[in-house]
Amino acid sequence: MEKLINEFSFGLFFWQIFLFILLLILLRRFAWKPILNAVNDREEGIKNALAAAEEAKKEMQNVTADSEKLLQQARAERESMLKEARQIKEKMIADAKEQAQVEGDKMIRAAQQSIEGEKKAAIADIKNQVASLSVEIAEKVLREQLDNKDRQLKLVDSLVDDIKLR
Amino acid sequence: MRIHFLSKILALTALFCSIGLSAKENAQTEETPQGTKAEIKAYIEHHLQDSHDFSLYSYTNDQGEHVYVGFPLPVILWDDGLKIFSSSRFHHGEEVAEVDGNYYALHHSKIYKTDASGELNMDAEGHPINVKPLDLSITKSVVMMLVTGLLLIWLFSSLARSYAKNGGLPSGIGRFFEPIVLYIRDDIAIANIGEKKYKRYMPFLLTVFFFIWFLNMFGLTPLGVNVTGNIAVTTALAILVFLLTNFTGTKDYWKHIFDPLGDGMPWYGKIVIYIILVPIEILGLFIKPFALLIRLYANMTAGHVVLMSLIGLIFIFKSWVGGPLSFGLSFAISLIEVLVALLQAYIFTMLAALYFGFAAEEHDHGHGDETELAHL
Repeated sequence: MEKLINEFSFGLFFWQIFLFILLLILLRRFAWKPILNAVNDREEGIKNALAAAEEAKKEMQNVTADSEKLLQQARAERESMLKEARQIKEKMIADAKEQAQVEGDKMIRAAQQSIEGEKKAAIADIKNQVASLSVEIAEKVLREQLDNKDRQLKLVDSLVDDIKLR
Repeated sequence: MRIHFLSKILALTALFCSIGLSAKENAQTEETPQGTKAEIKAYIEHHLQDSHDFSLYSYTNDQGEHVYVGFPLPVILWDDGLKIFSSSRFHHGEEVAEVDGNYYALHHSKIYKTDASGELNMDAEGHPINVKPLDLSITKSVVMMLVTGLLLIWLFSSLARSYAKNGGLPSGIGRFFEPIVLYIRDDIAIANIGEKKYKRYMPFLLTVFFFIWFLNMFGLTPLGVNVTGNIAVTTALAILVFLLTNFTGTKDYWKHIFDPLGDGMPWYGKIVIYIILVPIEILGLFIKPFALLIRLYANMTAGHVVLMSLIGLIFIFKSWVGGPLSFGLSFAISLIEVLVALLQAYIFTMLAALYFGFAAEEHDHGHGDETELAHL
């Protein structure tokens, strides 16, 4: 202990205090403050950048979800549109079929009617021809059998009986 | 592996050579071993002390004169007025310096006022009883402090400027120092003082850490300066820590010293305990920085003594075994000392931060009282 006190140099003590405080003030002004501020700023920057990245990621997720939803919607819409189109197509086909049926029926009926008409006309014609034929036949028969009156009458009777028309 | 092998070879060679040579060496030695030992002891003691001139080395020339290589430093004395002169006037303590009609002599790195003959009057224990004028000289240690200070200012202001230039990133040697600065901030200051108040202590902690570390490292160079192993320097640092601790002490800090029990006990109970407790607390105020100053001083001084003693062994052994052996040992100790230099700077800073932490502490009272009562 005595040696320590003996060794103690007041001059060195004075210079140490003086120089150290000077050094402290200078370093504080020119080094520590700027360094710590710069480091702090950098750390803040990193923190903010990370937060921003996180935010952007969330936003991105939102956007993806949105687009996914849109896509889903579009898909559903397309599906429904297709379905509708199909229904319309089927309906159209059905309608067309029905119409065609109706038209066909109408045409068939018209055809039948015209056929009927034709037939009637034809039958009338035939009747006329048969009538004239029968007249002619009757003429001929009459001519042949006119000489035999009985036979003539018998023939006419049998002929008339034979001609049985609808 | 290779190094291991090489060292074995070296050791073996040294051993064989020494067997042949040691006898011859011993016969040639003219100085007594005791003389050498005393010389080495004196040399170590001289090295541990501050000095008034910056000598790099000295040798004895052919004429038997001591030749010193180095440069003198200014001596500043206050002795009925300021007296400034070059330390070269002392001729390394061999001559008496005459300034303005006063005579001064240098004895063991201390300046004493003497008469023209330079006689020193010694007391029974061999200490001079002459008047010591107030010595504010720029000694070797002061020069090293200045050098370290300038180095620190240059190094860290350039680091500070590199942030602006480099977009918030350190460049060059700053990349090495920035993590250390951050370590002191995060693991020493914030860990001990707390997030809220660490900022005001940061300049001191950083300065003290780098100042001690750099001076410790300078102490390991062949310049042979022992600044942090000087009691005056460590005392100054410890006093600064003491002042800073107590001037920034909060109400809680003082309450903890003078009224550690708080409202947990009636006053008549406290009086009995406080007669013992308060003096202990007050003593603790001074013991803490005192431990700081002694720890740094003792560690650095011990390192220097061990290192120089091991180097001194070379001159005592003067053999092929002793030489390489003490060289190897002193090399190993040097490596440890590099670690110790950093470690002591760290410990000093760490403990200073711890004391600042006590001073800056603010705890809410109800809870604090409960825990303190629980301790009792």
